[in-house]
Amino acid sequence: MYTQALDIPQPKRDEPAGRAPENAAYQAEFDAKIDAGGYIEAKDWMPEAYRRTLIRQISQHAHSEIVGMLPEGNWITRAPTLKRKAILLAKVQDEGGHGLYLYAAAETLGVSRDELVEALHSGRAKYSSIFNYPTLTWADIGVIGWLVDGAAIMNQIPLCKCSYGPYARAMVRICKEESFHQRQGYDLLLTMMRGTAEQREMVQDAVNRWWWPSIMMFGPHDKDSVHTESARWGIKRISNDDLRQKFVDATVKQAEVLGVTLPDPELKWNEARGHHDFGAIDWDEFWAVVGGHGQCNVDRLAARVEAWEDGAWVREAALEHERKRAARERRAA
Amino acid sequence: MERKEWPLWEVFVRSRNGLDHKHCGSVHAPDAKLALQVARDVYTRRQEGVSIWVVPAEAIVASDPDAKPELFDPAEDKIYRHPTFYKLPDEVNHM
Repeated sequence: MYTQALDIPQPKRDEPAGRAPENAAYQAEFDAKIDAGGYIEAKDWMPEAYRRTLIRQISQHAHSEIVGMLPEGNWITRAPTLKRKAILLAKVQDEGGHGLYLYAAAETLGVSRDELVEALHSGRAKYSSIFNYPTLTWADIGVIGWLVDGAAIMNQIPLCKCSYGPYARAMVRICKEESFHQRQGYDLLLTMMRGTAEQREMVQDAVNRWWWPSIMMFGPHDKDSVHTESARWGIKRISNDDLRQKFVDATVKQAEVLGVTLPDPELKWNEARGHHDFGAIDWDEFWAVVGGHGQCNVDRLAARVEAWEDGAWVREAALEHERKRAARERRAA
Repeated sequence: MERKEWPLWEVFVRSRNGLDHKHCGSVHAPDAKLALQVARDVYTRRQEGVSIWVVPAEAIVASDPDAKPELFDPAEDKIYRHPTFYKLPDEVNHM
């Protein structure tokens, strides 16, 4: 599970039919619920901008889960042991499940599954930029679990308390399952670190490649963030920079126990702040990858579209089968 | 565009015998049999359930959120429906 605070302005698109007009009394009731830390449920009145923000965020999150199956699925046939293969299969299946919980939560806001899928496939909707990096060696699978899922967990835990009930409930379910993802990754790396010098080198190489993309997953710096309503609406409860700092602080010790170094010469403990300082992030790289120019953007989307199109006849046949069965039942009645 | 989306089903799972089925999410499936199968794969990968109900989402009739005051407020002042309304002597208050 991989959320990312993308915070990019989206082009205007057709909006789902609002169930109630803009209305001051409803707005006041909505604000009061938010201020009291309460939940908004699917059929409750909500401002259109709140609905739009949620549809964008939840669907990007769902797309990230689904696209996230690709870099790891790539390694299922090459897992070194039956145990690791079974674990990786279970993890990839979880990612698919997480995508489905989230699509279902987004659909409660009045958007259809087909519209969401179409937005991904046409390139209009974004997904986490992290999946546009290639998985070159088996150590990458461990590092994805440890760092990428670790960063995702940091992002996701506050979402379990977000103000939209269906999203919050989906996130509770996801977070429960996510811990396995991070631990299996770290366990995989520990095993490699106890192996040969060459295996240890593979782990260090994977850490070197994934560290910066992982801390970019928290999104732009707070001062460059454009969606400030998210905080007021109780959708985003902790800022990008605070989450990133928390992740860096937690990871330093884990790297030490594992016996790898993090590829940032400026990373060091700052006694006065009570946190680790770290080097400047290459935001040009981040925006290039988000904007479609990462190493794997084209492959990832092509794989999704191909799977969708190749499966079309199955989806149609299943509907037709049910239509005929229902017709037979009606005739017999 | 021709609508080819599989219908939506709401999923309810009984986590163990003795407990109610509880709503846990929804799935898309072309028919009831596949809805159960998909619900099993999506919502019970870690033994979260011993029984699943799936219900076509369009078959669910829900109360109107705007009708909340007239539906639920009348119970607010009927505190005599709760056992704690009745103050009994200490010796028998466990009643």
